Amino acid sequence: MRERQRNLQGWLFVSPWLVGFFLFTLYPILASLYYSFCDYRVLTPPRWVGLANYVALLTDRDYFLPSLWNTLFMLIELPLALIIGLTMALLLNHKIPGIGIFRTVYYLPSIMPVVAVAVLWLWVLNPQYGLLNAVLSTLLAPFGLQPPGWLADPKWSKPAFIMMDLWAVGGSVVIYLASLQNVPAHLYEAAEIDGAGAWHKTLHVTLPMISPVIFYNLIMGVIWTFQYFTQTFIMTQGGPQNSTLFYALYLFYNAFRDFRMGRACAMAWILFILTLIATLIVFRTSARWVYYEGERG
Amino acid sequence: MAARTAAGGNRLADWRQSKVWRRRIAVTVVYIVLIALSISFLAPFALMVSTSLKTEDRIFTETIEWIPNPVRWQNYAEALQSFPFLLYLRNTLFVCALVVVGTVLSSALPAYGFARLRWKGRDVLFLIMLATIMLPAQVTMLPVFVMFRTIGWTGTYLPLVVPPFFGSAFAIFLLRQFFLTIPQELSDAARIDGCSEWRIFWQIIVPLSVPALATVALFAFIGAWTDFINPLVYLTDENTYTLAVGLQTFVGRHSSEWNLLMAAATVVTLPLMVVFFFTQRLFIEGITLTGIKG
Repeated sequence: MRERQRNLQGWLFVSPWLVGFFLFTLYPILASLYYSFCDYRVLTPPRWVGLANYVALLTDRDYFLPSLWNTLFMLIELPLALIIGLTMALLLNHKIPGIGIFRTVYYLPSIMPVVAVAVLWLWVLNPQYGLLNAVLSTLLAPFGLQPPGWLADPKWSKPAFIMMDLWAVGGSVVIYLASLQNVPAHLYEAAEIDGAGAWHKTLHVTLPMISPVIFYNLIMGVIWTFQYFTQTFIMTQGGPQNSTLFYALYLFYNAFRDFRMGRACAMAWILFILTLIATLIVFRTSARWVYYEGERG
Repeated sequence: MAARTAAGGNRLADWRQSKVWRRRIAVTVVYIVLIALSISFLAPFALMVSTSLKTEDRIFTETIEWIPNPVRWQNYAEALQSFPFLLYLRNTLFVCALVVVGTVLSSALPAYGFARLRWKGRDVLFLIMLATIMLPAQVTMLPVFVMFRTIGWTGTYLPLVVPPFFGSAFAIFLLRQFFLTIPQELSDAARIDGCSEWRIFWQIIVPLSVPALATVALFAFIGAWTDFINPLVYLTDENTYTLAVGLQTFVGRHSSEWNLLMAAATVVTLPLMVVFFFTQRLFIEGITLTGIKG
């Protein structure tokens, strides 16, 4: 009896989330799977078409496949963000006066509303009068080189977005920093006794100890990249020449511009499966490079 | 003999000296890199504020003028007029307030259930909840839209403010991590005195968790303030727009008036910066709580 009461109590406490889970997660997942096999234009009821949406998407060389490729290209950003973010966190981990100010400065861009970031960077990236090209043209002038047109140039539009995102890398810096400060000091002392210098301490103590956080950030980064939307929606709407037509943007266009809900749901499910595969790959390889304390002993 | 000690002492002093110097050089290098990075991180902000104060004819110059001359405060007044800022601010604050209240209330209860009660099915449900954090929003977004459309909620704030009242997986996770750190003896003592779980939650756990609850409130606030895609999809009447969507329509209409655009961007960013400066510690605590045990 008491056992049953205790169970009931537990379920009662989590019930707000549980109801939300059924309404806003489980039902929609199943519904979008069903819609993905339908021709569904919102105004008329869904009509079953089997695999037609998937076939149409996977053979679409004009929009779908480029959007997938563009998004995969953006994954380059993850290792870059990892290296830059970690380096900055290591720098911020020094106990020297004024370090708090630097931490705040690096964090600021990541709390700026994305819409405002987009507007600001439209101006920074302006090929003729923008800040970035003003700096670049002075640097490149001695070599007789011209700075690129960034968002106006299909070759440079994606790197432009990557650069803008790296400006907001501070969010992960703070996570890395928090984990750095959790590495037990006695490990460093032991390494020092063994004669390790700063480089070896970083390589053999710091990195293994914070590898779970790196791992977590990588997974969230993959998911984040596939959801990349607001920036391109505001800054380029997918252009020039569809070079910034990213996956989430094309999905949005399908759903809310062309009202092809079924096709959009098929895209959502392909995305779902792709993120699952990517997560699994990171998980599988993680056994080799992620160290969990207390796992073996 | 004396000479030998002197030489030894010297070498020791040299070695000490060099260690001090090496440390000083290292610290200087660290500072130089930190400052160089800071400049590149702050430059876009400086550009934003500086452009927002320029007259139209001083925007497009050969070299960038960092100090606007003349300074034109008028830009802010114009930006705020051509874009109903106060109305959008009110709308945004209204949505933010409801999202914050909903998220905090309905995340604290499940977090208590997951952290401090033992019951059948708890661990399985917790794993499912963690998995939903990794679920791409696009998978659920479209059927949810269809659902809200069917019951006639599109064009209202309801799709934005009702779902938070069913808890947020991330907030539940953060609060659970915090609740786990509160000693179990407190609850046990209260149970022996005949306290119900509800009272333990309300009178012991909640008062002890104010910092964590504040962190959750803060994250919910920032999430709602910066949210773009949901207001974009659900709000149809321009008078109901939030700042984020309002700013986007403003961009469409003033695409080359950079001084006005930058003024608008500054105004939309500023409130968040102010909030951030006063709540930095909560941020760091929240990140430490969730980021570490990934």
